[in-house]
Amino acid sequence: MEHAGLPDGELDAESAEWLRRLSASDGAPRVEAERELYARLVRIALAEVNRRSGSTPVTGQELTDVAHQAAGDAMLAILAKLADFRGESRFITWAYRFVILEVSSKLGRHYWRNPPVALDTGQWERLPDRLGVDPQRHAEAAGILAEVRRVVDDELTPHQRRVFVAIVVDGIPLDALAARLDLRRNAIYKVIFDARLKIRSSLVAKGYLDKPGMEQR
Amino acid sequence: MSDLDRLDRFLRTDPRDVGCGEAMAVLHIYADLAAGGHDPAARYPGVGAHLAACGPCSENFAGLLAAVTSG
Repeated sequence: MEHAGLPDGELDAESAEWLRRLSASDGAPRVEAERELYARLVRIALAEVNRRSGSTPVTGQELTDVAHQAAGDAMLAILAKLADFRGESRFITWAYRFVILEVSSKLGRHYWRNPPVALDTGQWERLPDRLGVDPQRHAEAAGILAEVRRVVDDELTPHQRRVFVAIVVDGIPLDALAARLDLRRNAIYKVIFDARLKIRSSLVAKGYLDKPGMEQR
Repeated sequence: MSDLDRLDRFLRTDPRDVGCGEAMAVLHIYADLAAGGHDPAARYPGVGAHLAACGPCSENFAGLLAAVTSG
């Protein structure tokens, strides 16, 4: 078994069989295995776009197209990376991971074809709802919201501010912003992570939030 | 949950959080553990911390778990 880099005995039987068939030197069995895997990827991709349909502006035939594109790209990636499979999970789980991540990424890119909110809109009036701080229900809400905005305006770099406003204030999906700004998802997450840290620290210092001992990092 | 509890949870950060890249790299292992009835966060606490804080990655986990448990 060359592809997994592991002897068959370390894989579950189903995973070993997938690897054997997909790496077979005989063309017909391999093609049949590829056809079977692709059919599974399409099924999973369609289920996944359907599962996410309530949280994306992508609809109808475009959503179906995203699923098929995701399955196709996932299939290519799986075959190209078959040798990277180490048997740390079932093969099919490893394979499905590709199609789930492809769906996520493609929905992010397709978001901009009909975006419910444009980049850099800055819907600050929606911040209370975003953060769950209702001025009608909480006496300190105005001060909290003002402090959040002050930190964003004064303590974040222009890039950090743009990312924070897009994700937190305007509610643009992280994958969509990553696609638009050509950034890795992790780079955006790190900006939001650091902003959360700064905002919380400031709100604790101002007495709006307590439990400073539980502040982490 | 009060308003401030929700805000506090949103702003709280966990130093174990491994970030999106590392979490997604082991998502298949994490999902198989979960599907098998194990506690994946016990083996990968940094991934568990990340999934608790990152909505998009949590969505990916939910999707993969649904896929592997759908047969």
